[in-house]
Amino acid sequence: MKELTLTTMIAVFEEIFGSGLFWAMMLLAAVITVAYVYVLIRDRAVSMRKFLWAQVSMPVGAVVAVVFVLAQTNSALRHTGGPVDVFVLLGVALLGAVGMAILVYTGQSLLRPPAQETK
Amino acid sequence: MKDFQSSRRDFLRFGAAVGLAATLPVGLARASKTKTNANIVIIGAGAAGTAFANRMVQRLDGAKITIIDARKNHIYQPGLSLVAAGLKPQEYLVSTTREWLPKGVTLIEEQAAAVDPVAKTVTTASGQKVDYDFLVMAPGLVLDHDAIEGFSLDMVGTNGIGSLYAGPEYAAKTWAAASKFVENGGVGVFNRPATEMKCAGAPLKHTFLIDDIASRSGAKGKYQLNYTCPQTVLFSVPIVAEKVRMLFGQRGVATHYKYNLKAIDPGRRIATFSAVVTDPATGADKVTSVEMPWDYIHIIPPQRAPAVVRESGLSWADKWTDQGWMACDQGTLRHPQYSEIFALGDIAGVPKGKTAASVKWQVPVVEDHLVSQIQGREGTEIYTGYTSCPMITRVGQAMLVEFDYNNNLLPSFDGVIAPLEELWISWLMKEVALKATYNAMLRGKA
Repeated sequence: MKELTLTTMIAVFEEIFGSGLFWAMMLLAAVITVAYVYVLIRDRAVSMRKFLWAQVSMPVGAVVAVVFVLAQTNSALRHTGGPVDVFVLLGVALLGAVGMAILVYTGQSLLRPPAQETK
Repeated sequence: MKDFQSSRRDFLRFGAAVGLAATLPVGLARASKTKTNANIVIIGAGAAGTAFANRMVQRLDGAKITIIDARKNHIYQPGLSLVAAGLKPQEYLVSTTREWLPKGVTLIEEQAAAVDPVAKTVTTASGQKVDYDFLVMAPGLVLDHDAIEGFSLDMVGTNGIGSLYAGPEYAAKTWAAASKFVENGGVGVFNRPATEMKCAGAPLKHTFLIDDIASRSGAKGKYQLNYTCPQTVLFSVPIVAEKVRMLFGQRGVATHYKYNLKAIDPGRRIATFSAVVTDPATGADKVTSVEMPWDYIHIIPPQRAPAVVRESGLSWADKWTDQGWMACDQGTLRHPQYSEIFALGDIAGVPKGKTAASVKWQVPVVEDHLVSQIQGREGTEIYTGYTSCPMITRVGQAMLVEFDYNNNLLPSFDGVIAPLEELWISWLMKEVALKATYNAMLRGKA
């Protein structure tokens, strides 16, 4: 890469997914993040019960993310050839895990606000 | 609370600064457009011509930019290897020439037939004359299929014959032939021509891919591969050549140096090579004819400059005289006699790099020298011969090899992605990120 600027990176990602899908995914990620922040502010507390379910879902998110990336790229786990490959895989798994946890927590909070939970 | 407010204000300020920084390069580029009425003609709308046309539109205000190319389709050539191994469909490679060209560029859908560098005119196949102040030669190269006796393109896909360079359709037909081989096994033969060539890694990649797929398919344990080349090494960069030699050794690929493919007999499935062999008694080298049978053969023909370059007197007079690559300074890519003519891409008569990665590094250099000349200054950018080759060694792994004229390795991600290691991340770059980067380059954005 000659110049790895923000605009170059955006251009590259737009080409990978297509402009429409890339910005749709960005929007979706932004909406989920905003919803997450919204429920945190609204509830003014982290519900440990919901957090527990979010944590339980993390390994599922990690596995789903890794399987998705491998399937999309004609690859298998046996192709990890060096430390950098392991880091990339772990990074993908981590992103999947965190994404899933946020999604699960936010989903629970939106569907079952604290008022309902205490009933 | 006060602390929180102040930190929030800092955060917002930081956010605004980041936002401003993100827009700044675009703003500056717009502000510094050079006003000119220069007449710029580009021959060839492949990777180099298209990327350059987009850069010119972004840098110049008022220039007349004309691009001459008869080809209706744009081919993403780095993907040919993937199609020829059944990993991507043919459509993956094809788009239209027009969709990449910016507004304000005139496309003449004709072949350029002649250049008169003294009168500064280009003549098209129909006889149309186009004047220029600056000429950028990016016509690509010609595959000389006729140089292989007995071979013609209509044979690709039949009798176990493959030839992936010829285009998307032939890459798909190559896989049609290769897919039988990876199921049934037998003897595989792969060649490399004696001339300079596009992406010198491609013959090796195809060999590696067919070996990997065959080793996991019906042919497992029932095939043998032969790699032939007229050279005495597998790759022009010694450290890479050694690595590939070791990998071929591990995979059981037999290497035949100083073998030059001359003819094929499709009916008998026999390839004939002109080979230099050493007489065991006298130790002297002699040229002899060697026959090799095949169940699958991958043919790469000799490659030369198009007639428009050779016949317009723009080729080197003393280098590559059988191939006709355009004379140019290897640092600035400017023609030694005609200061308003530049070479870009495959046509450039420089020691290394007929790849899309070379184009990516060459375009900003020619852009700098051409725009500087318009501004009455000297350009400063120098092309160091940088090129890169994501050397696929199996489905799912590659080596990200980057180097320059001096055979130095130039890893972009030094200390993170080792150039001579077979890595999954390097495969990801080839499989996922490369086309995206290439397309961004075509649009003049990367």
